[in-house]
Amino acid sequence: MNFSRRSFLAGSSALALSSAPIIGRAQGSDKIIFASILDLSGGLDIYGAPMAETTKMAIDDINAAGGLLGREVELKLYDAQSTIQFYTQYATQAAAGDRAHTVHAGITSASREAIRPTLARFKTLYFYNTQYEGGVCDYNTFCTGSTPAQTVAKVVPYAMNKWGKKVYIVAADYNYGQITAQWMQRFVKENGGETLDVEFFPLDVTNFGPTINKIQTAKPDFVISALVGGAHVSFYRQYAAAGMNKEIPIASTTFGVGNEQTLISAEEGDGIIASYSYFEGANNPANTEFLARLDARLGAGRPVMNELAVRSYEGAMLWAEAVKMAGTPDRDPVIEALRTGLSYNGPSGAVAVDAQTAQPPADTQLVCDLVANPNQSTFLFENGLAAAGIK
Amino acid sequence: MDLVVAVLFQLIYVISNLALISLGLAIIFGMMRVINLAHGEFLMLGGYTVVVATNAGVNIWVSMLILAPLVVGIIGVIVERLLIRWLYGRMVDTLLATWGLSLLLVGIVTSIFGASTGTTVSPPLGVVRIGDYSASGYELFLVVVTIVLLFGVWLTLRFTKLGLLARGTMQNAEMASALGVSTSRIYMITFGLGAAVSGLAGGLLAPMTGVLPTIGATYIAKAFITVISGGSAILAGTTAGSVLLGGINGVFSFVAGSTFGEIALLMAAIILLRLMPRGITGRFFRKSI
Amino acid sequence: MNSGILRQMRPTFVYALLGVVFMFVAPNVLQLFTIINLTTAIALAVLALSLALIWGYGGILCFGQVAFFGLGAYVYTISAINFGGSTWAILMSVLVTSAFAAALGYFIFYGRVSDVYLGVITLTVTLIFFSLIRRTSGPEYKIGNALLGGFNGVSSPPINLPWNTSSFLFPEQVFYVAISALILCYVFVGWLVNTKFGRVCVAIRENELRAELLGYDIRAYKLGIFTIGAGIAAIGGVLFCNGVGRITPDVFNLYNAALTIIWVIVGGRGTLIGPVGATFALFYLTSALGGQTVLNNNLVLGVILIIFVLLVPKGVAPTIIDRVNARRRKVPTRARRRRSSRAEGTQ
Repeated sequence: MNFSRRSFLAGSSALALSSAPIIGRAQGSDKIIFASILDLSGGLDIYGAPMAETTKMAIDDINAAGGLLGREVELKLYDAQSTIQFYTQYATQAAAGDRAHTVHAGITSASREAIRPTLARFKTLYFYNTQYEGGVCDYNTFCTGSTPAQTVAKVVPYAMNKWGKKVYIVAADYNYGQITAQWMQRFVKENGGETLDVEFFPLDVTNFGPTINKIQTAKPDFVISALVGGAHVSFYRQYAAAGMNKEIPIASTTFGVGNEQTLISAEEGDGIIASYSYFEGANNPANTEFLARLDARLGAGRPVMNELAVRSYEGAMLWAEAVKMAGTPDRDPVIEALRTGLSYNGPSGAVAVDAQTAQPPADTQLVCDLVANPNQSTFLFENGLAAAGIK
Repeated sequence: MDLVVAVLFQLIYVISNLALISLGLAIIFGMMRVINLAHGEFLMLGGYTVVVATNAGVNIWVSMLILAPLVVGIIGVIVERLLIRWLYGRMVDTLLATWGLSLLLVGIVTSIFGASTGTTVSPPLGVVRIGDYSASGYELFLVVVTIVLLFGVWLTLRFTKLGLLARGTMQNAEMASALGVSTSRIYMITFGLGAAVSGLAGGLLAPMTGVLPTIGATYIAKAFITVISGGSAILAGTTAGSVLLGGINGVFSFVAGSTFGEIALLMAAIILLRLMPRGITGRFFRKSI
Repeated sequence: MNSGILRQMRPTFVYALLGVVFMFVAPNVLQLFTIINLTTAIALAVLALSLALIWGYGGILCFGQVAFFGLGAYVYTISAINFGGSTWAILMSVLVTSAFAAALGYFIFYGRVSDVYLGVITLTVTLIFFSLIRRTSGPEYKIGNALLGGFNGVSSPPINLPWNTSSFLFPEQVFYVAISALILCYVFVGWLVNTKFGRVCVAIRENELRAELLGYDIRAYKLGIFTIGAGIAAIGGVLFCNGVGRITPDVFNLYNAALTIIWVIVGGRGTLIGPVGATFALFYLTSALGGQTVLNNNLVLGVILIIFVLLVPKGVAPTIIDRVNARRRKVPTRARRRRSSRAEGTQ
């Protein structure tokens, strides 16, 4: 590209803001504004609904503890209705209209990439609390979710050790699935194994019969899955219905993030190995206490906690810690505070931000160095690992 | 050899799956020229009926084969009385109305059951072995049910009085009305029947796919394309459309992966409609039902 | 003759003038973010306008108007990245999209496909785009310098001043471009439907057979209006990816395809201002709903659409126009209502 929209926008945004008529909300309000944009209706609400619940809980917890710097934190929650254009729209509204101090938003990578430039332009601190494919290298953006190199690196050697060397990969046919599948192949190879086949499925496929036949033909030692979304749950059902779950086991880095385990029966899910930075069953005092309060808040019908939901809580808390440390909710001091290696002890254990990448340390470290180049705003894995120079 | 049998079985399954999800839409469209954009949601409601009833302790066969069509059929009749009957002869307005209905049903179900539901209904029946390969016995059952269902609808339309009146109304509503047939009642029954068939299909598929409030969206486009490609004859059209499109989809999915399977299905539909602008039954099997 | 057209177009000019007034007043009274976000709404209104033309006047029920909208956005984005500027990219977008529509239209109309079958073909084309582009997430899917990005989409370069590749517009300046484009397209379409070409298209919509027997090649007319409509949709697409900052294959999904139809039905077929107004109204309705989390958004929107179709069956604009005309003719409303109900009874 001959020019960069983002650097251009960042450079000129001061001008844009100063030339804009500032009408309406005055800055004088002493509340700290925390905006959250998630999909609470439409196809992605399976993920968004629990994230919204824990975000609300985090803000209530912060306020119950006396707010931040003696100021109350106000949550502005927007429902993007599983539509990308609403992400850009609400991000603009949150940054320029609500004058939010931080925006925690986005589920799919597409939604993150839609709002990242907008928030950079308005100099509004952005948190992305979803498990994602890695590779965001952005001064203004903090990603708290785990990345494939973190989860795949754990589950592949473990499963290979347990079951054998021949692997069959099934993954969702979009960027996250494609990149995760690339990491899977890499780790299988590094551990001396062999990838028999890699298959990708559009997100709305519900019939996995042909694939199950192919798996039966290939006879792998185990199947590793990066299938995503409500429709893909069918894979696990149909796999079990064909009796395959008793013959060829499954490992996964995505099974459970949409609470798939509650959507199928115990027998169908039995034996699947998954790798996450958080499980509801995690046995630590912070988690027990967190779940007890969640029960008290939402009652028996509450959603099962998964990484996305817990990271949304921890992302908010991490931000709150940084505000306390910085002594102001303004963006630059808070970013500085976050990048001191600040950590928060949450339900999933201690969470810290890596100064080099503005996220938990992993794959992104291979290509991203914000210490050396602080003004970056790129998504390095946008087009796969090869494009980022890994592989 | 085992592989050939296993793949053939899969192919038949894909075809009957397509016929199953399309039949309810075909009945409503073929009989009444109402494009029901809430068709996917009727399937979804069938699925929820099965899940709720089974979790409440009802036998799974009873909830799939009796409760799902019954509940969705009743919902269909209510919808017809409250909404659709005002819109006959205004095909375009039914698009808007059923689109609204589709959003409404998704909204209601999400509000009641949440965005995702614990659906611990797993496919009954065991595993069928084909040499080295195995398939779900339930898939075999679905194929059989689809054939029985198609046959049942054919018998109803061909040999019962209701079927005769319905076909008469479909051919010429004014004439039927002049001969003393209550076309309004026929429409109500037809819509209810179409909804019931959709409910049955949704209920039968629930153990294979699970249920979500938004699951209807994965069916509607395919069902719509199959029905229109089939043309105006309900049974012959649906069957021919499913065999052709499902067959192409199955073969390409196996050879080149799901994405290309889907694209091949769509391309086939376009070419088919270009060659036969009134669908398959606009050219062949014209006299059929 | 010429003054006749101008007289016919009087309402068009009135609305266009209102648009111009809005263009200059809005930035002074509305908040910055509202102005920025208006670009997206305007882009969708241009899309609605294009469908209002080909469906409302041409009688072509195109279920896949978003295919042209999305294609326009993709062609713009890819060309702008490659050319390093937007001027040729916009031109390219309109040309490529129109050419594609002409080819597709030739395929459809010269095969005598019509009615709902045509709707399904156009919808299917849209879904093919959806599936194909979603497939392109790897680095090997590249057109010139532009990576297609699969499901995540591509970020779109902003519009710059004509032939001046270093002066990009700010989002709040793109608003002026967007609304000017909408007004120009609106006047153009308003003019087109009043020309002889437009009148023949309406005649074909009313009765294909009769128009054909009068010696008009209905296939050519349909192809013409379809292609022009696609070109306008492409302009909408260019504005859309500027408003959102990104284009993703989601534009091609069934939801958006159906939504376009909904705007035109709600606004009223056979008018131009109706679909444009309905787009703004529904856009702000869904957008306002997203700011609340008490009720499920689908539920509220569904109820509104259903009530609407029962109460305002002809769409907003025709209903209002009927009311106004009725009053102007000084026909007592009661008598009129009786007459219209009788007319419906005989149909």
